[in-house]
Amino acid sequence: MEAIKLDIKKEKKAHKSQTGLSILWREIIHDKLALISLIFFIGITVTVFVISLVLDLDEIVRVDLFAIHEPPSRTFWLGTDYGGRDIFGQLIIGTRNSLLIGFIVTILTGVIGVTFGLISGYFAGHLDNVMMRILEFFNILPFLMLVIVFVALVPKYSTVSFSLIMTAFLWMEIARIIRAKALQERELDYIQASKTLGTPNWKIMFGHVLPNLSSLIIVILTLNLAANIGLESGLSFLGFGFPEDTPSLGTLLSYARNPQTLQDRWWIWLPAAILIFLLMLSVRNVGEALKRATDPRQRRG
Amino acid sequence: MWKFIVRRLMIALPQIALLSLIVFIIALMMPGDALTGLVDPTLDPAAIAAQRERLGLNNPWYVQYGDWISGVIRGDLGQSFRYKMDVTELIGSRLVNTFWLSLLTTVITYLIALPLGIISGRYHDSLRDQVITGYTYFGFATPLFIFALVMLWIFGFNTGWFPTGGSVAPGLTPGTWAYVLSKIHHLLLPALSMALITTVSTVQYLRSEIIDTKQKDFIITARSKGASESRVYNYHIFRNSLLPISALFGSDIAKLISGTIFVESIYSYPGMGQLFVESILQRDSSVAIALVLLFGIANILGTLISDVILSLVDPRIRIK
Repeated sequence: MEAIKLDIKKEKKAHKSQTGLSILWREIIHDKLALISLIFFIGITVTVFVISLVLDLDEIVRVDLFAIHEPPSRTFWLGTDYGGRDIFGQLIIGTRNSLLIGFIVTILTGVIGVTFGLISGYFAGHLDNVMMRILEFFNILPFLMLVIVFVALVPKYSTVSFSLIMTAFLWMEIARIIRAKALQERELDYIQASKTLGTPNWKIMFGHVLPNLSSLIIVILTLNLAANIGLESGLSFLGFGFPEDTPSLGTLLSYARNPQTLQDRWWIWLPAAILIFLLMLSVRNVGEALKRATDPRQRRG
Repeated sequence: MWKFIVRRLMIALPQIALLSLIVFIIALMMPGDALTGLVDPTLDPAAIAAQRERLGLNNPWYVQYGDWISGVIRGDLGQSFRYKMDVTELIGSRLVNTFWLSLLTTVITYLIALPLGIISGRYHDSLRDQVITGYTYFGFATPLFIFALVMLWIFGFNTGWFPTGGSVAPGLTPGTWAYVLSKIHHLLLPALSMALITTVSTVQYLRSEIIDTKQKDFIITARSKGASESRVYNYHIFRNSLLPISALFGSDIAKLISGTIFVESIYSYPGMGQLFVESILQRDSSVAIALVLLFGIANILGTLISDVILSLVDPRIRIK
């Protein structure tokens, strides 16, 4: 008797470890590249946020006409820009702002996209039809141009309005994936059972369906974070990103639109370019590893 | 077939109408109207007011929308405040440049994607495949504008192999051989930098599609019939793997649009993307509005075309 009991316990334990987030976590631990990327990303994030707490913002953006376009030296680790401002300090602040907007936009698009997709997929039928037409319309809009137009239009432009504008045109991809999943999920027995028991729809949606999609949502959001960091820096590069008083990584790159800076003063823009590349690469590595974890065919162990 | 196309058009037309409405609302929100830039600011305010009344700028918005849209259909997009010329004419002169850039980019994209995708899928897990997937791996993580900037830095400024701006060397007469060559020379670097980045998704799709198709029953049948390996790949597998590629074609247009905005501003290439950024910075509303409308319509037509191609390739979609 005892032996059988033990077996059941073991089985339960083995079964438990197969659920949800632990699979994602295990995949990350086993994938060396993803683990290193995750540590790198967290390291950069923590460093940047801690240093920018200590660093004096006014000191960095103060114009110093005696130190214009200095190459890297001991006082200015990465040289200075056209206003004599320290590039290294701007890089720290810029990374912080870029990451911050990346997180904000990813979370906002996640909330809107997941809710939209969940409602559309769960109720299906006519509501789904109408909501999909709305989504399709957003999808065919020339996204980049409209963001630029709105950034130029909005009076009292700030970081908040910038993230809202980006969110307004970026939630559709998430909504579409979640909807497709929710459509499959609603046909499953456990949903039918809950319905028969009289569980209210919203409770089924957010209490039953949503937890089952959680690992998928984490994967999409991680991959989106990488894309959003790139998009923000691209917009700032064109001059339609952050307001001028908050530099981002894209702002540093936008100095390179001046041919002389691009040609002769690599220290202004190259570090920012490499940093954006490394950040996007590391977030993508984590995202791809998570994606593999959610697909049982590709999962290790 | 025709039924499908007609039904698809029935979706696209309202989309275009809705798009035009949104663009019009944006136009109303923009600073300045049809008169700014046309009149002398020292003119008597009463005279300006009379002009406004005459042009119908005091009408309710739906009447103004009707006026505007009928103008757009006739090809009248207003006046550029900065260039002092018709927007239609201005865009027309830039459209050609963007068209050639997009065409060359698309050609290069597929010239890279098809062989790489096929090699990578056919010999998957070999060294060749690893090199190619390594390339797509980095390509996915590199933002286009950074890549274009680095390309310009290396091949434009440091080695001097390519020109760093413009669409043609000055002083050449249109129509001559030297003129055409100079155009191509100016086009090559921007098109290459855009294609090298946009092609990675196509390579990856083609690769995974070929790997999937490889194990299907009809391929085994073809092999057992004695079809040669190259025939199996070039004829049976390749044709069946084209489906996702044709679906991607429509989204390529959307990618080209945002791509040209970045690439043209980086290479100061006088196309529509650069014109758009300029017009926003210089508050040249009528030009910006017209460009949003045009690119939006191009986007809608792009998805339309890709749906039609899909229905040609895959009959299952038609029946639905």
